[in-house]
Amino acid sequence: MDTITTTTGLNYLNNGYGLKSWLLTKDHKRIALLYLWSVTAFFALGGFFALLIRLELLTPAADLVQPETYNKLFTMHGVIMVFFFLIPSIPATLGNFLIPIMVGAKDLAFPRINLLSWYIYILGGLFTIVAAATGGIDTGWTFYVPYSTAASNSHVILAGLGVFITGFSSILTGLNFVVTVHRMRAPGLTWFRLPLFVWSHYATSLIMILGTPVIAITVLLVAVERGLHLGIFDPALGGDPILFQHLFWFYSHPAVYIMILPAMGVISEIVQAFARKNVFGYAFVAFSSLAIAIIGFLVWGHHLFVSGESTYAGLIFSILSFLVAIPSAVKVFNWTATIYKGSVSFESPMLYVFGFIGLFTIGGLTGLFLATMGLDVHVHDTYFVIAHFHYVMVGGAIMGYLGGIHYWWPKITGRMYPEGLAKFAALCVFVGFNLTFFPQFIVGYLGMPRRYAMYPEEFQVYNVLSTAGASVLGVGYLIPIIYLIWSLKNSPLAGPNPWGAKGLEWEIPSPPPTENFAVTPVVTQGTHQYAPSREVGIAH
Amino acid sequence: MPTSGSGDYHPGPVAIQPGGHGDPHAVHHPKLQHHFDDMAQQAEASTLGMWVFLVTEIMFFGGLFMAYIVYRYASPLGFEEASHELNLYLGAINTAVLICSSLTMALAVRAAQTNQSRGTQVGFLLVTMLFGFGFLGIKAYEYWEKFHVGHVPGPYFVWDGQYPHAAEQFYSLYFAMTGLHALHMIVGISIMTYITIMAWRRTYDAEYYTPVEVAGLYWHFVDIVWIFLFPLLYLIGGHY
Repeated sequence: MDTITTTTGLNYLNNGYGLKSWLLTKDHKRIALLYLWSVTAFFALGGFFALLIRLELLTPAADLVQPETYNKLFTMHGVIMVFFFLIPSIPATLGNFLIPIMVGAKDLAFPRINLLSWYIYILGGLFTIVAAATGGIDTGWTFYVPYSTAASNSHVILAGLGVFITGFSSILTGLNFVVTVHRMRAPGLTWFRLPLFVWSHYATSLIMILGTPVIAITVLLVAVERGLHLGIFDPALGGDPILFQHLFWFYSHPAVYIMILPAMGVISEIVQAFARKNVFGYAFVAFSSLAIAIIGFLVWGHHLFVSGESTYAGLIFSILSFLVAIPSAVKVFNWTATIYKGSVSFESPMLYVFGFIGLFTIGGLTGLFLATMGLDVHVHDTYFVIAHFHYVMVGGAIMGYLGGIHYWWPKITGRMYPEGLAKFAALCVFVGFNLTFFPQFIVGYLGMPRRYAMYPEEFQVYNVLSTAGASVLGVGYLIPIIYLIWSLKNSPLAGPNPWGAKGLEWEIPSPPPTENFAVTPVVTQGTHQYAPSREVGIAH
Repeated sequence: MPTSGSGDYHPGPVAIQPGGHGDPHAVHHPKLQHHFDDMAQQAEASTLGMWVFLVTEIMFFGGLFMAYIVYRYASPLGFEEASHELNLYLGAINTAVLICSSLTMALAVRAAQTNQSRGTQVGFLLVTMLFGFGFLGIKAYEYWEKFHVGHVPGPYFVWDGQYPHAAEQFYSLYFAMTGLHALHMIVGISIMTYITIMAWRRTYDAEYYTPVEVAGLYWHFVDIVWIFLFPLLYLIGGHY
């Protein structure tokens, strides 16, 4: 099937050179790489702010930066990491690259809209960077009113517009995925033959489509309120700040699932490849993605337990928050059952899988603490919350992202990466991460509130551990950036399928040709048949 | 490598059938993009894409409707008093104008779909745009009127009724909701301009009319938003 491409050696990377061939490309694979560079840059920027935060918290006094500056640091860290790294990270890079290939299509349904979404993302990013560079914002990434409408400086409008604009990039990505999965699947590729990566991205896209417009209108109203004095949220103008919190979390809680669901899709792929088994309970894993997306929309009220929400509303939100843990647990159990009696090997993508399963489990279970109304009153706005969501977002989403980048790197670039270094980096990330955030559970439970530059001396030992861990974590992130770039020229060629993995993406050359498939594939069985199907088994 | 020596390698699920889908030698419609198999798939993708986009628009306006529900529930009498000051006749005329524009829009889609002359297609599109401009003109007059009597929220807001506080909130929502709607009308007219130019160049016929249809979906959606805005803003104060 790849005779044309092997004879000419033409692939998406060498099919045209120069800036214009990249900036005006409609190829989903090149757009994925544009996103890869941009989200990496934003990750570095957000990480830089995190570094300053951790350095400041090394000592109890506010000695490195003033409290006002500290407020700006954690705000910029949150805004950049959430809106400009975590949300686009896996969908816009790996999803963009792989979904058309996994469904046997030549491209996403709307290639121009795909490119547009990248430009929108960059424009939104520029707004936010300008806001940061010209004075910063100190509202926290949540933009809570009245901080954002009355108390803060006017750069809130710029940063808010940045979030508003970049929201459209996420909407357009989700729209493109939904239409592609519905309308572009190759002949014979039924829904239940789709890779689980596609299922999880489909569920993610639903959240992007249904949730993002709500945050868009919310931050737009904050900007309008500041600019034109319309009284929507600001109590001084007759507005209701609690309405802001409801609208904000209606998106921002599901946004957590925008971050974690694609990572779960990555894990489902890798775990099958390195356990060399079909996933345990395919349909359960597939539907648990949809269940997370749907129930995830009904839990936002657990962020408002201490905001004057009625006890009855709180009770319902608490129960629903417990419910969303069930499909998440289904996935964890099914991955574990997939590994059980598999012929497991420990290449670096699989190390990230083990890291993900353990850390996500801790992150998820501590989420149940926070969904419990009484306990939440004790730990609300403490480092316990910080530790919880970093276990989900960093221990979960970024582990999945790094695992996915390693797993598909040979497909994306055509070259392997140095496995020894990769294993060492994965170890650094795991150790550094736990050293950073586990002490925060303890110090949070003991009562250290979030978002303060100063803290009592008895909390210092936990903060020193945390800062030490962050340094190890930083090294763990730096090493892959270096060796992955190095591998582009120096690593051995990967070949079409270095892992012996299943799925359409492993049946085309690495790097793939621009059109992905010389001829549209016709799919005759599930795309992930690691084990012989039952009928074949009887024949043996 | 992981598979080596396992001895039970199974061939992948792909079978290539030359001459099937994606055969490069088939004759293509000039408007068929390379990544689609045929015109039907392309049309289905475009319309589904627009429907999904309209879902996002519903959620976008939904935030404002939510705010409306919360504040009207908080002060129903104040909202009625404030609504009473809106010009019911202009609102009703504008509703009629938009419903007529939806009719001409639907006729424009039908004209393309049934291979009618470019004159007919362009005519219906132009009338649709004309209704759109008419709506915006009346809306602009209403805004001017509100500026004139001091019903624009902010430091210069004037209200001599019983509920000045709720009235200001009502007018905050009024301007936010109708303003966002008017913005969508302006976008709609821009899209219609493009569609009209393309129709004049004889782009659309029974085989290829998806852009007209998709633009029509958007136009109808913006009309429907107004169908909800009109009673919520203009009619609630009408019964006293």
